[in-house]
Amino acid sequence: MRDLSDIEHAGSARWFRRGPWENAAMAVIGFGILMMTQPFSLDLYTYSFATILSGTLGFVVVSHFPQ
Amino acid sequence: MTVTNPARSLAEAAARRGSARFAARAGLSDRAVAWLFILPTMLLLLAINIFPLIWAIRLSFTSLMANLPTPARFVGLDNYVDILTDEDIWANFRVTAHFVFWTIALQILIGLGLALLINQKFRGHSFWTTIILLPMMLSPAVVGNFWTLLFQPQIGPFNYVIGFFTGVAPSSFSMIGSVVLAPWTIVLVNTWMWTPYVMLICLAGLRSIPDYIYEAAEVDRASPLRQFWSITLPMVLPFLMLAVLFQAIQSFVMFDMVNLLTSGGPGSTTETVSITLKRAAFEKWQTGYASALAVILFVTIFGAANVYVRALNWVKQQ
Repeated sequence: MRDLSDIEHAGSARWFRRGPWENAAMAVIGFGILMMTQPFSLDLYTYSFATILSGTLGFVVVSHFPQ
Repeated sequence: MTVTNPARSLAEAAARRGSARFAARAGLSDRAVAWLFILPTMLLLLAINIFPLIWAIRLSFTSLMANLPTPARFVGLDNYVDILTDEDIWANFRVTAHFVFWTIALQILIGLGLALLINQKFRGHSFWTTIILLPMMLSPAVVGNFWTLLFQPQIGPFNYVIGFFTGVAPSSFSMIGSVVLAPWTIVLVNTWMWTPYVMLICLAGLRSIPDYIYEAAEVDRASPLRQFWSITLPMVLPFLMLAVLFQAIQSFVMFDMVNLLTSGGPGSTTETVSITLKRAAFEKWQTGYASALAVILFVTIFGAANVYVRALNWVKQQ
């Protein structure tokens, strides 16, 4: 019979899977690089580094999540 | 049956006993002895890689000017705000992106094509491989200087070749001096220099494909084009992606060749971020500002490399 800690663990394991989070972090980094090199808006360029940095830090964190 | 060399086994056992005796005498565990051996390398890496990085991050929050004796003043995120609201730096990032994109695209196309050609068994293919690899062996400083000479409108042969094929007067245009042509000049020279490297990586990929796969495809009457799309390309793709990763990083921080070829000119049409960084650090002596730009470049490359390595793993799994 599953106890409460097993259910909690299963819940956290469902939410903190590496794959989708890594994909999300990669999308943020890719979008940040696009923002940095696009020729249309200075505002997008201004926030590009913050976007890349958050994506990169996020990637480093989520790559330690279980598979 | 396993054949062992008795003398070697005895020597290994003696060495093991010796190190165990040394460790026991010094009161060290096996793990501690292992750390003792790794420590010098780790200290060296910390000294030449990690320490300068941390120091640059620290300097990026200051207004330090290395040519002045005044102490560094903490300015918080001011350097970052200055860089990220400067339209000129934004333009430099666009120039860098143009350079990286076209360099990579051309290098991959030409490099893969050359690798496919060299992979064919023909007379003298080793000789041609060596000839193709020559540009890669030259120093970027040498390449920058001799291409500057080749691009001279009056005496450079490049304009004469273009003039011969197009009918345009050779001295009527300047590759390095033209606002339109100069960005393509640095793409051309970088492609000329580094395509052999991409070819070499692709060749390694092509040579790793077993012949029996092609034999099986021929039994199934697959056309050469079909074999290329279904066998060659998927199996070379991880190698290609590795080449793209190396070349993208190398092109993103390319400095020496561009500096010698155009120095970022005319105007700032070929001013890549590395050139801007060098000017800020060693011409304007804005050390703190240059450090902030270096940190931005580092984080961008680190983030892109993370994405790329993940994509590479995914391709290898497929």
